[in-house]
This record gives sequence, structure tokens and C-alpha cells, in this order.
Amino acid sequence: MTSRDNRRLDLILAAGVFALIALPWYRIRSGFFSFEWLEDFISSEKLWPGLVQGLMGRWQLWPVLMLLAVAVLLRFTQAPGKRGGALIAVGAAGLAWMLAEGLAIGLRGWNWGLLEATFGDVAGQQAFGAGAVVLGTLFALMIAFGAAERGALKGDAFVLGAITLLVLLVATFVFYPLVSMFAGAFQEFDGSFTSEGVRRNIVDPKIWSLACFWGGNCGVAWRTFFLAICTATGTTLLGLVFALVATRTGFRFKKSLRLLTVLPIITPPFVVGLALTMLLGRSGSLTQVIESATGWELGRWLYGLTGIWIAQMLSFTPISFLVLIGVVDGISPSMEEASQTLRSDRWRTFRKVSLPLMAPGLANAFLIGFIESMADFGNPLVLGGSGGVLSTEIFFAVVGAQNDPSRAAVLAMVLLFFTLSAFLAQRLWLSGRNYATVTGKGDGGRHISLPRRVGWPVITVAVAWAAFTITVYAMILFGGFVKIWGLDHSLTLDHYAKAFGVGWDNGVLWTGVAWDSFWTTMEIALIAAPLTAAVGLLTAWLIVRQRFPGRGVFEFALMMSFAIPGTVIGISYIMAFNLPPLQMTGTAAILIACFVFRNMPVGVRGGVAAMAQLDGSLDEASLTLGASSGRTMRKVILPLMRPAILAALVYSFVRAITSISAVIFLVSAKYNMATAYIVGLVENGEYGIAIAYSSVLILVMITVIGGFQLLVGERRIRRGEEKAANSSFSAKEARA
Amino acid sequence: MTQTKGAVAFRNVRKTFGSFTAIPDLTLDIEPGKLVTLLGPSGCGKTTTLRMLAGLESPTDGQILIGGDDVTRLPADRRDVSMVFQSYALFPHMRVGQNVAYGLEAGGMKSAEARKRAEEALELVGLSGLAGRLPAELSGGQQQRVAVARALVLEPQVLLLDEPLSNLDARLRRKVRTDIRELQQRIGLTAVYVTHDQEEALAVSDTIVVMKEGKVAQIGTPRELYESPASDFIADFIGEANVVDGRVLSVQGDVAQVELGGVTLSLPSRGQSPGPTQISLRSNALKVTVAGKGDGTGIKGTIASSAYLGDHVEYEIDGPLERIFVVDDESDTPLPSGTAVALEVRPRGVALIPGTA
Repeated sequence: MTSRDNRRLDLILAAGVFALIALPWYRIRSGFFSFEWLEDFISSEKLWPGLVQGLMGRWQLWPVLMLLAVAVLLRFTQAPGKRGGALIAVGAAGLAWMLAEGLAIGLRGWNWGLLEATFGDVAGQQAFGAGAVVLGTLFALMIAFGAAERGALKGDAFVLGAITLLVLLVATFVFYPLVSMFAGAFQEFDGSFTSEGVRRNIVDPKIWSLACFWGGNCGVAWRTFFLAICTATGTTLLGLVFALVATRTGFRFKKSLRLLTVLPIITPPFVVGLALTMLLGRSGSLTQVIESATGWELGRWLYGLTGIWIAQMLSFTPISFLVLIGVVDGISPSMEEASQTLRSDRWRTFRKVSLPLMAPGLANAFLIGFIESMADFGNPLVLGGSGGVLSTEIFFAVVGAQNDPSRAAVLAMVLLFFTLSAFLAQRLWLSGRNYATVTGKGDGGRHISLPRRVGWPVITVAVAWAAFTITVYAMILFGGFVKIWGLDHSLTLDHYAKAFGVGWDNGVLWTGVAWDSFWTTMEIALIAAPLTAAVGLLTAWLIVRQRFPGRGVFEFALMMSFAIPGTVIGISYIMAFNLPPLQMTGTAAILIACFVFRNMPVGVRGGVAAMAQLDGSLDEASLTLGASSGRTMRKVILPLMRPAILAALVYSFVRAITSISAVIFLVSAKYNMATAYIVGLVENGEYGIAIAYSSVLILVMITVIGGFQLLVGERRIRRGEEKAANSSFSAKEARA
Repeated sequence: MTQTKGAVAFRNVRKTFGSFTAIPDLTLDIEPGKLVTLLGPSGCGKTTTLRMLAGLESPTDGQILIGGDDVTRLPADRRDVSMVFQSYALFPHMRVGQNVAYGLEAGGMKSAEARKRAEEALELVGLSGLAGRLPAELSGGQQQRVAVARALVLEPQVLLLDEPLSNLDARLRRKVRTDIRELQQRIGLTAVYVTHDQEEALAVSDTIVVMKEGKVAQIGTPRELYESPASDFIADFIGEANVVDGRVLSVQGDVAQVELGGVTLSLPSRGQSPGPTQISLRSNALKVTVAGKGDGTGIKGTIASSAYLGDHVEYEIDGPLERIFVVDDESDTPLPSGTAVALEVRPRGVALIPGTA
């Protein structure tokens, strides 16, 4: 045992020494992985590693050097059983010091006047670079290994290491940005404290006015809230209608209804809004038909809350359908059969038994609709007109002429307050009210059909709405081939040629305007997808299989991050990662980090669902056969989780392509993403190319999903869990 | 070192889950080469004990030794034990041979060598030639044997078995338990076997440890437990005895004269002194005859209900011992309810329960 303890400690100590003498401590402008820094490593002061920086007078690095030396000393003087506590202390001290000095000393010296007054001047420093990041990670691992040597969690270093790193990552990429955003609300441009911005914005009537009750305009917060309530109510009802049609009627095309559930996953969020303007906008085709038939002047009614509401209904009803179909299916038929044998007809059974049992599910669908609507950015951006919602206001507070980060932060906090309250309220209300009647036992019986007085209206509504949805999507595909929508409907391939033109001149020339962002998107999505899957499934494994203190809190915090709107993430990321100690804006890394931690909860959820189907004694068997946790993970868990892994991969890939709300804050000239580019096209009025590009994205994603689905289909083990792939894949929430 | 190889010791082990104490204070020694059964009703802590030995739970307090070494803080993958799981836990995505070789390869053995050893282990359990199958392609009994082979191939100091037969049907269970016992004796391996089935425990064990609420209720050979139960709990749990009231009339040396339902018996005194006592009365310790037909001695009673079960008849009989349960091998003429009977006591199935005077 001692040799293994020593070996892994040796490994991180060696890595630490290496990082201190061979990796640049500070961030390099041209990027670490370009390796251009290798040439000037000796000559350029900026590139020197931590040890040299420390020796040349950066005293803030001395504690780091000393702590590493202490760790090395412990390694050679103490037996593994004895040094655990000391290692934990060294690791914790190292992390704490790096955090403190990184936050305290910025580009131009002390970040806070108080420190400057106390300690005098200090040379400014760049953000953390490769050396610092590696060393920080190693300090974290030191805590984990120390705990393992003390016998925590049965001495499992792999599990402890994984937990420590995950906590570190989540703290860095979820909580640190939120805290920064909160702090940012209270800062002047130069970083000094002020509450002026907050005071000005928090009472701003543009946010909080209730004037619409007596004929004025309501504040943006109330408008967003009102819209979210309407959308949540509407999508829940429509979703229920679809779910009832799909499970309890003899409707002939109910199988194809399920196709609807794929739509929100593959549709970039603003596309529905775009299609609506083509259909119902001022020069929309339907508008023209109505106007010419009746002579009315329809005008700009679509732009504003009505239009956003319609777009959100189209976008989010499929998600509600997805949630509710599980709920409606999950009610044990024997409940309904029992009711019938107790002298109740179908109508009474539906009213008194089925509906009440669905109540928690309906609440869940309502919450999701509410949060989706609150977080939606793409549709309001396209359809908002002059009256925006919170998410778009946040955006314009940062990028527009206002340039008021404090206002953006306040608005973001208001938005976050709404979504988190909804999340917590639902949690509170749902606890102890779970009627899920699906048991592991085979439940005989069949669901009864809907009573006639419900059945026909329900089918009518469903068919009408499905037709509307199909029309809207047909618009999207068709719109790319029309010259100028609303004016010149002659068919053309111009938009595609302009966006995706390919030339030939001693090799392929990507002449189309879209190629640049297209390839960037693919690259980043391809990097983010495996990382998301890995982090998500590792977390799922820890949550399901390991018992560690704070697990409940950890899980709750993760689930809560579902409720953080993308806009809030975007704004918090630029506030957190624009300045040292962690400077990532304008890089691909910040986009990747954003995708990983935004989509991870879905991976976690899918992983938890899949893991729950794996007998826990499989892990234990592997352990008692002498395999370490790491090997168990590799040889037993991962192969058995293949469907869940593929689902997580596809999901995160697709989400990286379609998301806009957070991305739009983080893109740069070098790393532009497809969605951000399309939004730019829309703002310039180039609808044709925007639509053509969107159609191509949708097709790419259908191809990818189809391809992965084929791969998942080829499983060799005969077990009754093939459905895991589909269910975990479809149990996600698509969000802007 | 060779003396202690395979020995297991629990020293003042305590295990709590939150506020629930599963094991208050367990001290237990297991001799090398023996098959020891942990027996008890569900929730008695037997599986927790086994899992702590495997390293799958860590004790809240106390020490666990395997082969003389303290393994209390050693993770499961570094302990020299292997385990057969109730569900077998065969890796469904690996072939049978890969399953058996898994532990060997984890230990760093070359895969060719590991495969050879796996084949040998499969032969040992009578499954040679099935290495290429997937677990799902085997019957329940075969899967069970693969699980045993996978554990045995590592030549652990201690083999742990967690209710290994509970997923088999009754007929197969009898055969497999004999196989496991034979194999264990042939190899001379220490084995710790958890079960809640007293018949299974009696059939396979060198020693049975009966547990109740996290504590050891009695340790002994199957015969000791059956014939001299230490408490009414043991008497009832092992072999469903009637626990009845009697009276010790006198004690001479090891022999006590005992009054039981109007008859007087000579029984081993087991430390009891004259006075009222509890007596364990096996259901087959009484011979039922119609009153007045025999020699007139025996406990008087009336049949309250009877059930004909082919090779024996079960009676519930009211009398001076309240209602007792009796099994009579004489099934040619089952007696109807209401028959007055005399019960002749055979000394073999009767024992004083110590500490109940």
C-alpha cells in the first residue's frame, strides 16, 4: 500500500517541480498551445516559469515555492499513514494563497486601495498561465491524496481526486462567475467599490414600473414575468394535449407526433422567431394573404410580447410534451381500472384519478416552461422590437451604446432571482408529492381511452398545432431558396452560394461567408462534447455510487445550475474571465468551458438515469477482484454506459451548435460561432442567408443525431436496457 | 505467518450509518480453512459485517485483521479477499473467460497467462469450454459457478459469499451448496458465508455465527446450535422449536430432573438451578398417540388443527404447554381436530435454555 501511496505522490510532486521550472507561470497572449513561447522562453521575462519569477523578486510566489518544498520534504521524511493531515494542509494553503494573491494583485498592482495603503506598491502581474494552473490543480490533488492516506472514503485516491477536481472546476466555472457578476454590480470601471450603479438600476422604473395596469408601459421585469407565466401555462396545456393524444386515443398518426420532440433539440432558438416573421411579419406571406383578402392593415402586431409568446409556444411545447408524456404514461393503469370497477365512468375517472395524479408532472412542465421562457434570448432578439425582455436588455446593456456593466449585472440578478425562485418553489412543492406509480414490477392492464368529450377537442387542437408547427418549419427550409422574402419569390440558390460557396484554386477555397464560423463551431463543439460527457458522467458516477459528505449539496447545486439562464452565464463569464487571475475572454477555451458547464447537468442527469440501471454490485465485484476505482470505471462502468455516453456526446455537440444566449457574449472575431453569426445576419436584414445557414445547421444536426442513433443501435449485450439511450437523450431540456 | 494465513479477526468493530447503529461492538475470530456462516434474520448486520471484511464499507470504529495484518483502512481492491455476490455481478459485456480473468489482469498478470488460469478455474467448477460465452447465455446455476470461479481464481486468503444461492431454485440450491462446500474443503480455503436460511447454514458450515441486531447471539457448530441453543431466539431461529415453560426439580452434577407438562425428564442441566425455566422443544421431539392407546404416560393434549403433507403430518396441539407445533412422521392415519392425544417426549430434541431460570 505504501508504495502505491508514494508513487502517486511522487507523480504530482514531479509534475509540480516541472511546472515551476519549465512552464510559463503567467498567461501568454498568443496562447499556450501555439508553442510559440518556446523560442523566447529564456529571453522574455513574461514567459519565465514560477521559480524564476519568484527568484527575480515576485515575492507573492514565495509561499507557493515553499509549500511545494514542504510537500517534497513530507514525502521523504514521513510514512504515508502519518503525513496525510499535513498534505491536506499544504494543499489547502497552496490553493488559498494562489486565490488570494491572484485576486489581490492585478495587471497594474494591488487591486484594492486598502492593500496598497498598507503594503505599498507592488508590480502588476498577468493572469495565471500554464504553470500556475498546473500547480493549482496539483495542490487540489494533494488535498485528495492526503485525505486518501488518512483513509477517507475507504482510502480511494481516484474517487477523492475526482471529487476534489470537480469541486474545483464547478467552483471556478459556475460559482466564481456568479460571484464576480455580483461583485461587478458594485464596481466602477476602474474596479473601485461603488453602490451608485446598483442604486440607480434597482429602482429604475424601466425595470419595475407597474404602469401597464393604468395604461402605461410596465417594467421589463414584470413584462418578462408575465410572458413567462403565459408561456408556461400555454406550453403545459398544449403539451398535455399532445401527451394525451399520444397515449390515450386511437389517433392514427400518434407515432409521428413523437418526431415533434426532436425539434427543439435541433433548432437554433431564434429560428422559430425568424420563420414567424416570414409568415406573419409585416411582409410575411400569411399577412399578405390576409391583407389582400380583407383589406385590413395588420401592421407590426407580431413584434412585441405577442410575437415572442407565439414563438416560445412553438419552441417549448415539444419540451413540455416530452416531460408530460412520461408523466401520463407513468400513471399505473391499475389505478384507473380500480376507479372504473368502483362505479366511476371514464369522465369521472379522468377527473378524479388521472388528472390529480398528473399534478406534480404538470407542475414540473410548468416550471420548465417558465424557466425556458425567462431564459429565452433568441426569439426576443428577433421579435422583441422596441419592448425587450430581461435577457435581451442584459445583452444591450453590455454591447449597446449604454455599456453599463452594472446595469447588466443588476438585470442578470433579477433574472436569476426569478428562475431560482421558481426552481426552489417547485422543489419545495414537489417534495413529498411524488405520485410516480411506475414500479419495477410489470404492471398489467392498459390505459383507458379518453372520455369522448375530452378526446375530440384534444385531437383537434393537437392536429391544428402540429400543422402550424410543420408550416413554420417548412418556411425555414423554403425561405433559403427564395430571392427576397415578401417581395420577390422567385427561386434561387444565391443564398446558399453566398454562404457556402466553394472555389477551387490549387486546393479547396472556402469562399462562402459562413464557412469561417461553421468550422469554428464544429471544432469547438467537437472539443466540448467529449469533455461535457466525461465531466457529466464522472459526476453522475460519484453522485450515484459514492457516499461522501456534502454529496447532497453537490447534487443540489448542480441541479440548480439548470435554472441559470444562458444570458446570466454569458454576462457572468465576461465579468469573471476578463481580467486576472483568470483571463479567458476572446479565446476558444472560454467557449468550451461555457458549453461544458452549461450542458453538464444534462449529462449528469442522463448518467444518473443510466447508472441507476446498473447493478451496484458490479462495481463492488470489480473492486473485490483487485481492480482499482479507475480501472473499474474504465473496464466495467464505461463499456456498460455506452448508450448514455453517446447520448451525452450527441446532446452536448448539438447544444454547442444551437445555443446562442451565453455564446453571444463570448464570441470574438477569431472565434465566431454559427449562431452568433446568424444573429448578426438577421440584424443586418440578410434574412435569406440567415435562413439558408440555419437550414444547413438543422440538416447537419439531423445527420449527426441519426448517425449516433445508428451507432447506439449496435449493442452486443443482450440486456433490457436499450431504451436507456433514447430516454436519457430525450429527457433533456433544450434551452437557449 | 503461515499459521495466520486465512485467519480473520474483528476487534471491537462498530458500524453506524448516520444515527443508526448497525453493529454496536463486534469481536469475532475465524479460524483458517474453516467455512463460517453468518446467519440471522434480515437487518441483523450480517451483510454489513461481510462488506466490512471485503472493504466495501469501512468500520466506524475498531479493527479488522486478515491473516494477522490490520486491513481496517485498506481499500477493497487491495485486500486479499474475493467475493461472490448475491446477484453474481458478472460483467455483462465481457465473456465468461474475460470475467474470470478480470481480477488476474487487474493484478498485472499477462493476458495469455490469465486466460490459461481462467480456463483452469472454469474447469474446477465444471464449466470448461464455456469461456467464450456471454454471461447472459448461461443458466442461473452456471452463472453462479462462474462467479465462484472468478473469485477462486485469485486464490484469496478468504472467500466471501453473500447469499450466493438465493437466486437459484430450491432443487439447484441443494446441489450447488454441496459443490461449494466440497470445493472449499478441497482447497482448504477460509470462507465466510452469509445467509438467512438456517437449513443452508446447517448444511455447509464448520461454524455458524448467529447474529441478532448487530450482535453475536451464539457461535457454534451446527450440531451445538441445534441441540443446545443458548437462547429462545436461537432455538426458534434454528429449526423452529417450541419454546415452552417447565420447571427444574433438582440438579445432580450435569443432569437435571425437569418437569414438563406433567412428565419428568432427565436433561443436561446447562448451568440451570432448580426453579422455573424455558425449554426448547423441537417439533419432531414428540410422538403423537391417541390418548389411552399407549402406556398412559406422556403430555396430554387435544389436536387443534392438522395438516397432511405427504410424508409427515403437522399438528397444532393445545394442552398444558399452551399451543405447540408438532411434526409427526407417522402419516398413515392423520388424526382429526379435536382428538385427545398423549405426547411421548424423545429426549433428543429437548434442551434447557440457559439463563432463563
